[in-house]
Amino acid sequence: MEGKGQGIATRDAYGEALLELGKKRAEVVVLDADLSGSTKTGKFAKAFPERFYNLGVSEQDLIGTASGLSLTGKLPFASTFAVFETGRAWEQIRQTVCYSNLNVKLVATHSGITVGEDGASHQAIEDVALMRVLPNMTVIVPSDGNETRQVVNVISDYRGPVYVRLGRTKVLDVMPDDYEFKIGKAYIFNIGKDANIVAMGIMVSMAIEAARVLKRDGIDTGVVNMSTVKPLDTKTLLKASRACKLIVTAEEHSIIGGLGGAVSEFLSENYPVKIRRIGLMDDFGCSGPPEELLKFYGLTPENIVKTIKEVLT
Amino acid sequence: MKSDITTRDIDFLKEKARIIRIEILKMLTEAGSGHTGGSLSTADIVTALYFYKMRHKPKDPKWRERDRFILSKGHAAPVLYAALALSGYFDKSLLNTLRKLGSPLQGHPCSKMLQGVEISTGSLGQGLSIANGIAIGLKLDGLASRVYCLLGDGETQEGQVWEAAMTAAHYRLDNLCAIIDNNGLQIDGYCSDVMCIEPIVDKWEAFGWYVIDINGHDMEAIVNAFNEAETVKNKPTMIVARTVKGKGVSFFEGKVQYHGITPTREELERALKELGGDGG
Ligand SMILES: Cc1ncc(C[n+]2csc(CCOP(=O)(O)OP(=O)(O)O)c2C)c(N)n1
Ligand SMILES: [Mg+2]
Repeated sequence: MEGKGQGIATRDAYGEALLELGKKRAEVVVLDADLSGSTKTGKFAKAFPERFYNLGVSEQDLIGTASGLSLTGKLPFASTFAVFETGRAWEQIRQTVCYSNLNVKLVATHSGITVGEDGASHQAIEDVALMRVLPNMTVIVPSDGNETRQVVNVISDYRGPVYVRLGRTKVLDVMPDDYEFKIGKAYIFNIGKDANIVAMGIMVSMAIEAARVLKRDGIDTGVVNMSTVKPLDTKTLLKASRACKLIVTAEEHSIIGGLGGAVSEFLSENYPVKIRRIGLMDDFGCSGPPEELLKFYGLTPENIVKTIKEVLT
Repeated sequence: MKSDITTRDIDFLKEKARIIRIEILKMLTEAGSGHTGGSLSTADIVTALYFYKMRHKPKDPKWRERDRFILSKGHAAPVLYAALALSGYFDKSLLNTLRKLGSPLQGHPCSKMLQGVEISTGSLGQGLSIANGIAIGLKLDGLASRVYCLLGDGETQEGQVWEAAMTAAHYRLDNLCAIIDNNGLQIDGYCSDVMCIEPIVDKWEAFGWYVIDINGHDMEAIVNAFNEAETVKNKPTMIVARTVKGKGVSFFEGKVQYHGITPTREELERALKELGGDGG
């Protein structure tokens, strides 16, 4: 059970999948806020200029315009950086998109600290919390290119608001070729008897590596890719929890309100078990190369291993 | 508007601006990422502020009576860092640490980490509101300090900028002078193609501002505009500075792709030659 090697950034997979979707479905429209080169919606824009709308640097207007388009039966995908999409336009998303349960797809890139050198102002570490708290919202965090492509297709067949969280940097391919993404269905790599790591996004490949090391050291550890953070796959979560002594969540996000928050909320009420959360420890990110930042903030297989050993040995 | 500034003063400022451009290019090359075009387009304006107009004390960054500068277009951090270093806020050698892990010179300015930065910016559209608040506060305290706020032209597409535009006029913030770096470009292309912001002078006038329209690379015009702004009563002033993105390096000038990429070593060599050699 290992990562299958260097893949592409999830934002690149999004750009490709969106282009394909545009060819298949005439109702797809794409909106961006002056970042189409970075979010990769530029590919769609080039192929379908009449179905692409650049709103300029105005994220609140981006969400409102996408909402209006959805009211005319179009299928809007609105993209910008995660921090600006969920932060600047949060109340527009709440009032217009979620309250009215509009069929708007919010696909944001540059989430987490792997944004790198741009620093804290551009690193969304609270977007999952901000979106998860909204009624009617579905929240998805794909782990690799394959999963991202599938997510784009699956959400286009789903009616209602969806937030998809993508990244800037290349990630390892982790999902098997025959994997099929379903909203609300976690993927079990394996279930461990000692500990299970529930991860999302780039942390899935790190969880896999950590589990490999732990197994070598005699600690049977499983890995679950919880790519849908909302609705949470509580069935899988219960199964993993009942099987082991410790649940560890791993996310490139604040430990408050994101995956760790969702898992803790559910398990504390339904199956109290030891939990450790790995993520940003109530701290902002900072500038630096993505690899160095991951180490600096403890988003590494080594830190997952250390955390599990501290509790279990 | 005539000022008592001499040709020698203007020459001094031009030389400072030249060195600031050199420092911008050197630190960006060293960092390997960052915003080249929008830093260079503001070099003359920021030079005039830090080396002519603003009252500030680099050794006493929190001096109560200082004038304030808010870099609303935070991605132009290198121009601010160069101005702060050359003013003496910190050692010039720090410029080489831009964007590296642990450096106080974050990709976008961070007031918690660096002396002289009034407020962290980088998420566009927020600076003018902050400048308004400071301007109101200074008036409440009876201080004569002035507030300067630098915005990008693409940045003015943010709704909050226009909320702030109303506020400044409503509260007659004549101790506030904003500047738009009107370089005509944003990330996805020309502002006129992405989201038209014209007629820019008429818009700000309609919002109740006193507008001065200048060539943002003509040092004498810049200095005169800042002096003129100081004489305006009961209104905030907007200086629409017509600039060229990437100004000072011929092969960066007016090119949209040089928004967010940095010079290669070879480009740095050529750029330094164009700028008349490494003065720093
Ligand atoms: C709220 C927000 N949205 C998007 C961005 C990403 N961004 C950084 S610079 C920029 C373009 C800004 O254009 P302009 O204000 O004209 O800057 P300049 O040409 O002076 O570099 C964008 C969209 C951001 N920093 N903040
Ligand atoms: Mg511009």
